[in-house]
Amino acid sequence: MNGSQSILLLAALLFSIGLSIVFIKRNAIMILLGIELMFNSANLNLIAFNQSRPLSLDGQLFALFIIIIAVCEAAVGIAIILRAYHYYHNAIPDQISELKEKN
Amino acid sequence: MNWVSVILNIFIIIAAGAALSMLFVRNIFYAALLLIACLLSVAGIFILSNSEFLAGAQIMIYAGGVLVLIIFGLMLTARIAGKPLQVGNQNVLPGILVALAFFGVLIYSYTNLNLATPSDFQQADHSVNRIGILLMTDFALPFEVSGILLLTSLVGAAITASSFFSKKS
Repeated sequence: MNGSQSILLLAALLFSIGLSIVFIKRNAIMILLGIELMFNSANLNLIAFNQSRPLSLDGQLFALFIIIIAVCEAAVGIAIILRAYHYYHNAIPDQISELKEKN
Repeated sequence: MNWVSVILNIFIIIAAGAALSMLFVRNIFYAALLLIACLLSVAGIFILSNSEFLAGAQIMIYAGGVLVLIIFGLMLTARIAGKPLQVGNQNVLPGILVALAFFGVLIYSYTNLNLATPSDFQQADHSVNRIGILLMTDFALPFEVSGILLLTSLVGAAITASSFFSKKS
């Protein structure tokens, strides 16, 4: 197993761990941490595939733009979580169910 | 097995261990610290993969910016006087099943790849200079658009989180 294959294996592991954190954990900030983990696994994939084409830098630049998008997502997500916490006094997304149909 | 692959495997083990223990830890603050460890080891993997500029951006933006923001949000939304920063689990079995299924699909698709041999890795010239030239020539439009996106999202986040506009309504 060379270096690029083990990086791909790590990226798959990080993405599935982030996906399971988004599914399992109840707190909203924990869900944001899982989303950041998935962004990082996408960056690792881009870097690992960029290594097989050494004369091109497209993978690194796409990873740079993904980092910028991740910053925007984290800022807006934290702002929405803070606002919802001030309004509902908890940060658990399943308990914020005011628009949900009562049955 | 040279020393580069040894250090690469050490970073990979650290990142995988930190991410795996994020699943099992109960305190959110510890999970944020483990995510910092995972991001820093990913930055080390970036350095060993000939992309130094991306490693610097990863350390400065992620470990310096995003995680500080997340820890701020954590301190502001957790009731420190009341219950501690515990987080509960839900949907444990479906979450694990979905993650394992996705991991299996990814591994199955990786086995059909044939990547370049490791002898091709070292002869590339991935300098910061070339990234700067590419950002100003070929990737000028995505660069500007991402700048506008960053500005609007930060202004929107500041307006959303502040209580100035919500007092009137």
